[in-house]
Amino acid sequence: MIRDITLGQYYPVDSVLHRLDPRVKLFGTMIFLIALFIGDSVPGYILSTAFLLGVILLSKVPFKFMVRGLKTVVLLLLVSVGFNIFLTEGDVVFKIWIFKATRQGIILALFMGLRLIYLMIGSSVMTLTTTPNALTDGLEKGLGFLKVIKVPVHEIAMMMSIALRFIPVLIEETDKIMKAQMARGADFEKGNLIQKAKAMIPLLVPLFISAFRRATDLAMAMEARCYHGGAGRTKMKPLIYKKADYIAYCVLFIYLFAAIALGILF
Amino acid sequence: MTKDAKKDIIMRAEKLNYIYSRDTAFEHYAVKDVSFDIKNEEFIGIIGHTGSGKSTLIQHMNGLIKATSGKIFFHDTDIYSEGYDMKKLRQKVGLVFQYPEHQLFEIDVLTDVCFGPKNQGLDDEQAKERARYALSIVDIPENFYKKSPFELSGGQKRRVAIAGVLAMKPEILVLDEPTAGLDPRGRDEILDKVSQLRESEHMSVVLVSHSMEDVAKYVDRLMVMSDGRKVFDDTPKVIFRHYKELEKIGLSAPQITYIIKRLREEGLDLDEGITTIEEAREAILGLLKNNKGLDDI
Repeated sequence: MIRDITLGQYYPVDSVLHRLDPRVKLFGTMIFLIALFIGDSVPGYILSTAFLLGVILLSKVPFKFMVRGLKTVVLLLLVSVGFNIFLTEGDVVFKIWIFKATRQGIILALFMGLRLIYLMIGSSVMTLTTTPNALTDGLEKGLGFLKVIKVPVHEIAMMMSIALRFIPVLIEETDKIMKAQMARGADFEKGNLIQKAKAMIPLLVPLFISAFRRATDLAMAMEARCYHGGAGRTKMKPLIYKKADYIAYCVLFIYLFAAIALGILF
Repeated sequence: MTKDAKKDIIMRAEKLNYIYSRDTAFEHYAVKDVSFDIKNEEFIGIIGHTGSGKSTLIQHMNGLIKATSGKIFFHDTDIYSEGYDMKKLRQKVGLVFQYPEHQLFEIDVLTDVCFGPKNQGLDDEQAKERARYALSIVDIPENFYKKSPFELSGGQKRRVAIAGVLAMKPEILVLDEPTAGLDPRGRDEILDKVSQLRESEHMSVVLVSHSMEDVAKYVDRLMVMSDGRKVFDDTPKVIFRHYKELEKIGLSAPQITYIIKRLREEGLDLDEGITTIEEAREAILGLLKNNKGLDDI
């Protein structure tokens, strides 16, 4: 039932990419995004494709999983490709009613579509190979410098971890309440939109109450263990760069410079 | 039993299997090869360690979970047959989940208890009638009807939630750990009420618990679950004699059984089948009366 939905799409296998420091992966994703935008030419795309393929192979995550995330952006993809094809000025290739498809438009649309797809796959490589907790840890440490300008980095990271941690708990809770109400004869599938929305009340009210109850319980438990924010707090598993991480940084910089070079040349 | 025994069976399950996360690395049997029957006005206890499959098993009884294989008959009709009315089944087999107070949602107690009967298709008046009847069974007085369910105490909330299921007038009442998180008095109140129910309302009751003390006192028959399998199905007295096997699967007989056993070892003439404190008290007092020379031992 509802429990089968996978959220925080981490794919648990052991690969070089999985073992990398989350900061490297965050930085790498950023580099990849930048490179995609600078290298807006055929050689640029060839370079990015090669990089992406290499990363996918290293991650040991089945390609199927990578593409699954694309389903959510199909509509956006179609709309932007369509706009580009028909609304770019240039040499007309064919005409549908009042819409003119241009050669420049088609090329632009192709690049645009490719870029969107690469963006999605690139960022899903990161989430597929990094546990949500490692990700927030990486964010906390990677953005630590923002503390200087009084950004509560630790608190934000803590909130993110807690939110992620409670997603499965709340899903389970939803499942339980749904079943309990079904046992009382509730029907969540029948009826029109308004009836369906109304049928959600017996589910949503208890769910909210339980979320608040859990929040107060958690706050109490944290205080009982003397939690007082990030100051002076040490980690059980501190993030320390290893050899592989330095190599990864080198690869990333080479990739970035190559992309910039290609961007200037073409 | 003088009556035709078969006639009394309300529900019968044959070789139920339920597999979680089938065809993945996480595949495991939650229920394995379990058969049972529930007779009219029978009080059955289901006991087992956490994760023994007892909660999964009872969700089969009202069709919330469909067995991977196996059959369930309710009044001799296969509930997995085409076009079977599951909604009707859920009214006839009232399932009260663990911490049922977490399902309360309405603005006042009476309206909340009306939720079940209204889903049955009863009109406002009939539903309220049913709600009043159910609330009176669980001893919630009339001045509570207009209160918000969230103002009540833990034990009261739970009784209101149980009333929410009772209002549908089920033939079988299934309770999943109805006493979890209650103090001893709240626990006794609920269990006493439940055991009265089957006499006054002619319901069959299935009680899931992990407390041997709870079930020993009330149930006629006990099913012991371990690792998804049903390992015992008999009267509590017979089962508690197997306390060694029970210990192996992380359960134990009621404490009084151990005391009686020790007393027997010391040479006292007590019945091995004593499973409740009341019985033990009677027996020991009887012994004291007849035999003033206990200090001879």
